[in-house]
Amino acid sequence: MRLLLLLGAALSLAALLAALVSLVWTPYDITAMAIAERLQPPSPAHWLGTDHFGRDIGAMLMAGARTSIAVALVAVGIGMGAGVPLGLLAAASRGSLIDEAVMRLNDLVFAFPSLVIAILITAVFGPSALNAILAIGIFNIPVFARVTRGAALSLWTLDFIRAAEVAGKGPARISFEHILPNVANLLIVQGTIQFSLGILAEAGLSYVGLGAQPPTASWGRMLAEAQTMVTLAPHVAIFPGLAIVLTVLGLNLLGDGLRDHLDPRLRRIR
Amino acid sequence: MLHPSLGDGKGRDMLRYLLGRLISLGLSLLVASLVIFTVIEIVPGDPAAYMLGLNASEDTVAALRERLGLNATPPIRYIDWITGMARGDFGLSYTYKVPVADLVAQRLAVSLPLAAYALALATLIAFPAGLLAAARRGRAADAAVMGATQIGIALPNFWFAMLLVLVFALHWQIFPAGGFPGWQSVGAGLRALTLPAIALALPQAAILARVLRSALIETLDHDYIRTARAKGLTRGQTILRHALRNAMIPVLTILGMQFSFLIAGAIIIENVFSLPGLGRLIFQAITQRDLIVVESVVMILVFAVILVTFLVDLAYASIDPRLRRRA
Repeated sequence: MRLLLLLGAALSLAALLAALVSLVWTPYDITAMAIAERLQPPSPAHWLGTDHFGRDIGAMLMAGARTSIAVALVAVGIGMGAGVPLGLLAAASRGSLIDEAVMRLNDLVFAFPSLVIAILITAVFGPSALNAILAIGIFNIPVFARVTRGAALSLWTLDFIRAAEVAGKGPARISFEHILPNVANLLIVQGTIQFSLGILAEAGLSYVGLGAQPPTASWGRMLAEAQTMVTLAPHVAIFPGLAIVLTVLGLNLLGDGLRDHLDPRLRRIR
Repeated sequence: MLHPSLGDGKGRDMLRYLLGRLISLGLSLLVASLVIFTVIEIVPGDPAAYMLGLNASEDTVAALRERLGLNATPPIRYIDWITGMARGDFGLSYTYKVPVADLVAQRLAVSLPLAAYALALATLIAFPAGLLAAARRGRAADAAVMGATQIGIALPNFWFAMLLVLVFALHWQIFPAGGFPGWQSVGAGLRALTLPAIALALPQAAILARVLRSALIETLDHDYIRTARAKGLTRGQTILRHALRNAMIPVLTILGMQFSFLIAGAIIIENVFSLPGLGRLIFQAITQRDLIVVESVVMILVFAVILVTFLVDLAYASIDPRLRRRA
């Protein structure tokens, strides 16, 4: 199991590294077109081949990693930033009207898959990477609210929280000083899962044209462009897909590994 | 035989539960429709001007405003929209010049069978896989299933769809690469939906199999399972007769949640295979700025998700009577 955690960490780190390095260096300029070199299979000069404009696929994947990671990261940030306080609030006022309202609001957002949110935003404002961030981020809010509330509810029954209440601390202070640190592990694990889902969702949105727009490189859009050329040059479709699968797989293994590591009780089942 | 008073209590619990869920269903629909209406009809300012684009003359915009009933105040328009939908009148598509209800009905004839086909495939794959992994927990079969599910979860369905087309439509030519011949020939229709359904089903099956396995393993630790084994049932018999029903609650939860992902997935997959379903309709409507179609189709999709959540809640209560009392 330790091996899978390490594999997950290595794959996730590789994607992150590719994204960071692409900020300062890519093997080829991703905006420069070289039509003479279009659709070349993998070779020593272009390890992963070239696309229909003769651009280096390896370089495009590095820049695409940047878009995927940035979108997923900010979307997790939005989800946590709004969802965690909502979950804490619901748990602190458990059973009250506020709790009920927060939970019903969650159910409602759940009824809007991120793709539907993206469709709504796009219909009015047009497609963009920001659209993808918002759509995935909004969908993340109830996820984090639910996880936080669930974990916080059981903490509120424990003695050390009672002690804090007796000491005169209000619900807000208890939530942030005592509850939050104790649900942090859970949030890290959930954050990893939502991060990987965010990468999948970004790819899907860009694939259908609701996400990042040219010239921003994106794994999903690379696949959309590859679709008509898949018989001529399968590599243009295979490598971006592999990049998505390996990154998502890495993050999922990392999340599972972290969960087992942070909560040994679960190791038995999974 | 139940004592009569016990029977009554059970019925009352179920009725109260049902009523609570129904109110919640109605409220969700109300708020969801308000959100959709606001985003589509209020945020862009004048929907008629938006739909016609920058070059439209004032007269044309005014005519469209009149035709779409946009001169009424927003609350009146909202009520018109909602009551219209309740009667099955979804308005008139601006680009197709036909009632949106007709468009939707045509497209549902592709989207609904696709979703059902995918759900059936996902269940057919997930149940044997989850049962096998739980029964052979810790052994090679378990590891193989779990490894396969990890990859299944990480697979973007549209990429998987492209690979399926590459292998089964272009290389071996067993299935068509895209398009839909209609239901005149059921066989041809099903053949056209097979690759899309597999692409949709596999990632869902991976999640479902994992949840089923975890739930079964958790259930297998209970005392009544030990009793069943002590009575002489084999491990397989115990799982099928006793553990499976109790493991169904988390499985149903996931199945219900997956429906919303299935809808989102179907929208994308329909575009990969050029299937004339709701997903294609909504994308065409977005590019043509046909807000009336976007508004109604989004409402239908959200309605479907809310309805499925409601049905899953009802299914819980019939599986686990404890839930009725808690509600």
